[in-house]
Order: sequence, then C-alpha cells, then structure tokens
Amino acid sequence: MQENETKPIPRTHHKKNVKKWILEGLQHWSWLTPSLIGVLIFFIIPFGVVVYYSVLDNPIFSNFVGLENYAKLLKNEAFLRASRNTAIFSGIAVPLSVVLSLWMAFALNSNIPAKSWIRSCFLCPLMVPIASVVMVWQVIFHYHGTLNQITALFGAEPIDWLKTNWSYGVLTIMFLWKTLGYNMILFMSAIAGIPRDIVEVAELEGASGFYTFLHIKLRYLSPTILFVTILSVISSFKMFREVYLLTGDYPFQSMYLLQHFMNNTFNSLDYQKLSSAAVLLSLVMIVIIGILFIIEWKYGEDVEE
Amino acid sequence: MKNILSRRFHEKLAETLLFIVSFLSAILFLMPTVLTITNSFMTETEITTNYGAMISNASSDKKAYIAKELNLKFIPDKVSFQQYSAVLFKNPDYLLKFWNSVILVVPITIFQILLASVTAYGFSRYRGKIREIIFFAYMILMLMPYQVTLVPNYLVSEWLGILGTRWSIVLPAIFSPFSVYLLTKIMRRIPKAYFEAAQLDGAGEFEIFWHICLPLCRSAMLSVGLLVFIDYWNMVEQPLILLKNEDMYPLSVFLSQINSGDVGLAFAVAVVYMIPALLLFLYGEEYLVEGITYSGGVKG
Repeated sequence: MQENETKPIPRTHHKKNVKKWILEGLQHWSWLTPSLIGVLIFFIIPFGVVVYYSVLDNPIFSNFVGLENYAKLLKNEAFLRASRNTAIFSGIAVPLSVVLSLWMAFALNSNIPAKSWIRSCFLCPLMVPIASVVMVWQVIFHYHGTLNQITALFGAEPIDWLKTNWSYGVLTIMFLWKTLGYNMILFMSAIAGIPRDIVEVAELEGASGFYTFLHIKLRYLSPTILFVTILSVISSFKMFREVYLLTGDYPFQSMYLLQHFMNNTFNSLDYQKLSSAAVLLSLVMIVIIGILFIIEWKYGEDVEE
Repeated sequence: MKNILSRRFHEKLAETLLFIVSFLSAILFLMPTVLTITNSFMTETEITTNYGAMISNASSDKKAYIAKELNLKFIPDKVSFQQYSAVLFKNPDYLLKFWNSVILVVPITIFQILLASVTAYGFSRYRGKIREIIFFAYMILMLMPYQVTLVPNYLVSEWLGILGTRWSIVLPAIFSPFSVYLLTKIMRRIPKAYFEAAQLDGAGEFEIFWHICLPLCRSAMLSVGLLVFIDYWNMVEQPLILLKNEDMYPLSVFLSQINSGDVGLAFAVAVVYMIPALLLFLYGEEYLVEGITYSGGVKG
C-alpha cells in the first residue's frame, strides 16, 4: 500500500522540488487510500484466494493440480449450458435495450403533451420491489395465466412460457421492461445536450437526416451509449434475481444462467468448481470491458471538450 | 402554401401517433405498480381465489376455493384494509423486517456515497497511468455478477469473524465500486478551470473538494444514492448467504419467499415496502434525471 503512495505520475514541474513532489503524490493518493484498502480487503485479496483455490484439488489437503479444475469445468455440461445461455441472453438483450431506448428517446424528444408524466411512468420499474414484479410476471406467464387466456381468445393453444424455449423471450421482456425506461431517460437528457448549432449547420449544408444522425448525433451520444451499455450489462447480470424468484434453483434449461450454476455449486460446497468458474468469468469480463474501454478511449474522448 | 399545410398536418399526425404509442407504453410500465397498490386493498380470500393456482401445490388443503385460472385483476370487489391491518398491527414480524431493511440499507447508501465521492475526487482530479489501471480494475469489479464476489465475500466475512452479523453485508457494500465509477464519470465533466481558479485563490485540496466539487455534484450524488438505495433495498442473495439468523433478514428476502405461504398479504407488504422508494422518487426524480445526465451527456 504505502509504497504505491510515493509513486505519483511525474508532472512537468516536478524537478523543482523533490520533497514537494512526494508530498503532492501523497496528497493525491490519500484521496484513494480508504477505498483502496477496503477494496483490497473485501475484493482483491479474497479474489486472490479464489484463484489459489481454483488450482488445488481440495482445500484440506491442498494438492496443486494446475489447470485441472478448469479442464474439468470446460467439460461440465451444466457450466457450458449456463455460459451459453448467459452469453446469448446478455448478447441479445443488452444491445436490444440500448437500441430500443435510444430510438424511444429520439421519438419522445419531440413535443408531445404530458411528457413529464410519461417520463415518470417510465421510471416506475425502478421503484417496485422485484418480488412483487415477479408475482405479476408469474400471473401473466403462468400456464393458466393471463397471456394464455388472451391467446386462447384467438384460438391459440396454451403455451407453457416458462418451461419451453419461450422462456428466452420472457426473460428478454422482463429485462426490457426493467431497463428501457431508465436508459431512455439517460438518452433523452443526452440528446438535449447535443449542440443545436452544429446540427443546424449540417442541415443547412444539405446533410441528410441519416448523415446528421450517424456523424453528429451518434458521435455526441457515444459516451452515453457506452455508459448505458455498461449499466445494462450490470442489470442483465442482476436478472438472475428475477429468474431465481420466478423459477427457483433449477429453471427450464434455456433459463439456466451462469448465476444459477454458481449458486448451486456454492450450495453444494464445491469450492474448486466455483472458484475456477469465477476466475474464468472474470477473465471474460476483463476482455469485454477492455474492448469497451478502448472503444470509449478511441471514439468518445475527443468529443468531450 | 398547400404543401406547407399538408406538411404541418403530417407532423401533427405523427405527433399524435407518437403520443398514443408512448402513452400506451407508459401505462404498460406503470401497470405492475398500480396492480400492486390496488390488489393490496383486496381481502385475503379474493387474492387466493385469483392467484391461488400459482401456489396451489404449496397449500393443497385450500384447493377448494382456488380457481384453476389465474385472474389478473385490477379493481378489488370490495375495498378492504384487512391485509394492512394484518401486516401493520396483528403481527410485529413485518415491521421488524422492515426495520431490518432500514438498518442495512441506510448505512450502506450513506457511507458508500460518502466514500465514493472522496475516491471519485481522487480519480478525477489527478489522472495518471497507475490510477487509470486501478480505475479499470474498479470497473471490472463493478461489473462482476454478485455470484462471482460471493465466495470472496464469504471468505472475508469468515476471517474477520463477522459472518452472520450485519457487518458482513454492510462493510463490503460500502466499498462497492459502483458509485465510485458513476461519480468519477460525473466529476471528470467538471471543467478544470473551476479547480484551477480556486487553486489560484489559495484554496486547499479539501476546500476545493468541499466547496466546489461537492456542490456541483449534489444532484449527481443524490441520484447515484437513489440507485444504490434501490439496488440494496431489493437485495435477496446476500442475506440468504451471509446471515445465519432469520430474524435479521430484511423484508426483501421475506417478500421473495412469500409465494410459499401468505400470498394474501404479499401485496400489502409490497406496498409498505415500496413507500420509502416512492417517497425518494417523489423527492428525487428531478435529481435522478438531471444528475446522471451530467455524467452521460456532453457537458453543456
């Protein structure tokens, strides 16, 4: 910890006075210290232990087995299915939510009556306790539920929404319901921040609507798009709560998410399997976030000023 | 002239259509809230009749009253306060669990925001390679699903001897990187000139933080606080794993297990549970909209 504090980034005037430079560095790092200590104790160090666990055969005898746990994990059918489901769900639902909410934000940005009321309604999903929402979803998607009653009016056969491949759709709908409103509001305020004069100049010079959208508006919105994407990825991982409350430990196989796998492994006390799964997942996340970071760095920063 | 008129007509038409569509979708978003509130005024029997099929296997002795179909019903047959009196007066359990939620979530929210604002100041005021890397690590931590941090969390709690106490939930939550990320993003939008001007006037770092940075981030902090509050207010996984004693479970855990038993009270409990969030929203909606804007949009 302490060594870090004396290693600030050299500034242009640091040659004047080494003492001042060190003091300044201490001062800069002191803002981060409390949080760093907490994060180190509660996240980083235990995570190191998790990595350590993931290369042992069991925590009592502690024989080093290298990557064996990982190899086993990659052959584990439940793990593979869970990762595939999670990847497909997040891979579809997150972009869908971002694109739809962006579109809605542009649509709602025109002058319509009762705008602030409508906006408030869209914020509602944030407020309702998840457990009650799940009850409502259950009433709707149950085999004897509302949706099947409605489709029956048109002569359709009832579908068991939660226990067939339709459950993907149900999951996506629940996710969209939860995230669209807030994402849209983030976009609406970002759209309001696009400098009007630039758009007007472009239009005067004969730029098409599509061109202004792609090259001006989207460019100004790119920090927000990244931001909304990150928030949506977080909420997509949190959808486990809903699925868990809706269908319990072992849902229909297409709803079996990585979190189910980890939860169940945790309950069966298989730390080796769990640790290696956690480490693998972290690696994947690092790659994904790295990509997002690079995109932001290359694309977003230059419009900030 | 005619051209202009027809164009205006088209615009009006598009606007009306848009209004109808957004109005309808707004209702769709509002529906679960309204449903929860109206259903909380139904009698227990009415609720079991309507939604009983959902839990029929759990309580087979009551099957005689339960319709096979589930009815999504908005208007109660008869307005009754039966559920509320059961929740609020007959059994102190619910209020106790509500209190459990409060003493977990309020400290988490307050301290997470306070700590995050200090940390975010450190991340936004001085930039450098090492700090960028640390910030990147924070982002990764923030994006980890809870199930990944579950084992680390459990291990630390065991070592520190706080497993089974409320500290095992509160302490890691205070250091959660989520609000650090949001607040850093927001603070980095504050024009540097503000800080430089203050520095020239001889203000110390703490004074700059306290008198310039915090007031500028007030609405952002409130909105991030609101998000954090709502997230933890709904927590289910953490208490189930980290708390051994069921008497400490917050109401959210109880709400999530309600399907198995007293479904007749579920809606009143949900409404009671919704009240703090509702009040915060009424008070903070403007902040929620404004606050994050500053982070997302390009600064105006």
